[in-house]
Amino acid sequence: MLMKNALEDRIAAGQDRIIAQRNMVRAAEIPGWGMDADPDNDPTYPMKHSNGADHERLDYEKAPQQPLDMEILHSIERPGVTRVFGTSTPPIGLSGAIRRFAYKYSEATATHWMTLILADRVDTIQGKLDDLVHGILPNPWIERGWRAEWKYNRAGFIRNTATTALLLTAGIMLLKRKNRRKRQLNQE
Amino acid sequence: MLAMNFRGPFQIRADRNRPEPEIKHPMDAIVRVTRSLICGSDLHLYHGMVPDTRVGMTFGHEFTGVVEAVGSEVQKLKVGDHVLVPFNIACGTCPHCKQELYGNCHEANPEATAVGGFFGYAHTGGGYDGGQAEYVRVPYADVSPTILPEGMDLENAVLLTDVVPTGYQAAEQAGIQKGDTVVVFGAGPIGLMAARFAWFFGAGRVIVIDELDYRLEFARKFSFAEAYNFREMNDPVVFLKKATDYFGADVCIDAVGCEASGHAWQTISGKSLLMQAGTATAFHWAVNSVKKGGIVSIIGVYGPPWNLAPLGSIMNKGLTIRGNQASVKRLLPKLIDHVMSGRINPKEIITHRFPLEEIPDAYRMFSKKLDNIIKPLLIPSRANASFA
Repeated sequence: MLMKNALEDRIAAGQDRIIAQRNMVRAAEIPGWGMDADPDNDPTYPMKHSNGADHERLDYEKAPQQPLDMEILHSIERPGVTRVFGTSTPPIGLSGAIRRFAYKYSEATATHWMTLILADRVDTIQGKLDDLVHGILPNPWIERGWRAEWKYNRAGFIRNTATTALLLTAGIMLLKRKNRRKRQLNQE
Repeated sequence: MLAMNFRGPFQIRADRNRPEPEIKHPMDAIVRVTRSLICGSDLHLYHGMVPDTRVGMTFGHEFTGVVEAVGSEVQKLKVGDHVLVPFNIACGTCPHCKQELYGNCHEANPEATAVGGFFGYAHTGGGYDGGQAEYVRVPYADVSPTILPEGMDLENAVLLTDVVPTGYQAAEQAGIQKGDTVVVFGAGPIGLMAARFAWFFGAGRVIVIDELDYRLEFARKFSFAEAYNFREMNDPVVFLKKATDYFGADVCIDAVGCEASGHAWQTISGKSLLMQAGTATAFHWAVNSVKKGGIVSIIGVYGPPWNLAPLGSIMNKGLTIRGNQASVKRLLPKLIDHVMSGRINPKEIITHRFPLEEIPDAYRMFSKKLDNIIKPLLIPSRANASFA
């Protein structure tokens, strides 16, 4: 439903150039105003200083190769790994297997990216299991920042927690009722 | 060492048992972090929206630090140098780096050719652990890391690693001409900087659109901008058209990216169902609010694989769409001068400071926009060991 007296209903039209002209008279008050203005700033200039490097691209000076002493998945849109790469969290377990599958497809495909999202979700479960194996119990109060939420948004936090608890309870009750009916039908 | 440890969407740990980084390549350095920031784009990782964000990773691409060790081929940096580390990892010699596209280096990210190499930004950003830690490995140490100029405030220095250059490039790539009307969508740290820098290019009028009143108020003061809440509008595009004599703004800057609010279908399809890479609401508004023949500058982060985009309007209006990750190294000399000369004091946007140990609280507060937060800073306990 449309708002009455919305902001667009309250402003006057025909003011844009008047405001801009007025601002430009006052511009000296704004530190730095206009000092980087460049009429030659056409839509291609500042992002790229074309110097022909694109066309000499096979001959560029390459850094030494970082030793490949761990599994690094790389895009099939390039021939191999880059000269340096990150060594954080190599692929592991089921999520790793899913990632290996994803990297068989190019970055142009949904299969690549959506499979990686799936791998991320599986990885989260793997991470929780790994924590348990190492005796680390989940601590949502700290790790999810609920402590901060309690301090700065107590009403909202209580409301959200109560709503979640209510929905969970309703879900459990529904399931229980369904199971009871099933049992009754079976007995009949 | 103490470092942030990602445990899954909305769940992170300040982990004291992370291994310290090692030199893996002769051009590496190890840096002891002195200040680190949480970026709005880190929230996309935190919310589980960036593919290949693996459990156990350390985020953080905005940091300063003291060099603790260098590889055998590092010549410019030495142990003890206090550096600001641009978020782009760049080799300096590939065709893209040679043309100053340091955010698009060809030799820094094996996992994704569409994305440059970034610290702490999933394996989609190259799989590097980031700077929300006590120590971090910095590849190609001679290329981008920059020694702090004498007298530079540390909080301004850390903002020069990303926020300041990214906001500046948003305005620069918008091709702003003297007297132009510039609309910036988003009053987060990048939007505030983009709006502030729009004046440097001679804007005649700067309008900021957001939904949070405290940020709009900040935009009025910090960015000298007109600031409006789209929650008070039926249709922001109609508002902006009317505000610009029904022609449209000369330039629109999308400083929101993939987690924009304001459109139910975009939110459901993008954020809830992940049927597209987040919501493209701000981009739609930008395309529709800019004048015919205008320029839309995208600086907000969108992930792969795609977003619903109004291609017909882009073509029919003859728009120029520009976007890129900021090329920090290219912009640093000019921006250091702007900061040191006092034309801009970026640290005004830092509203909250946390010890690294409290990083889960910092993420939650930033994610939920609690306590009028704009930019959270992290301070590792070992940060103060060797500088005054």
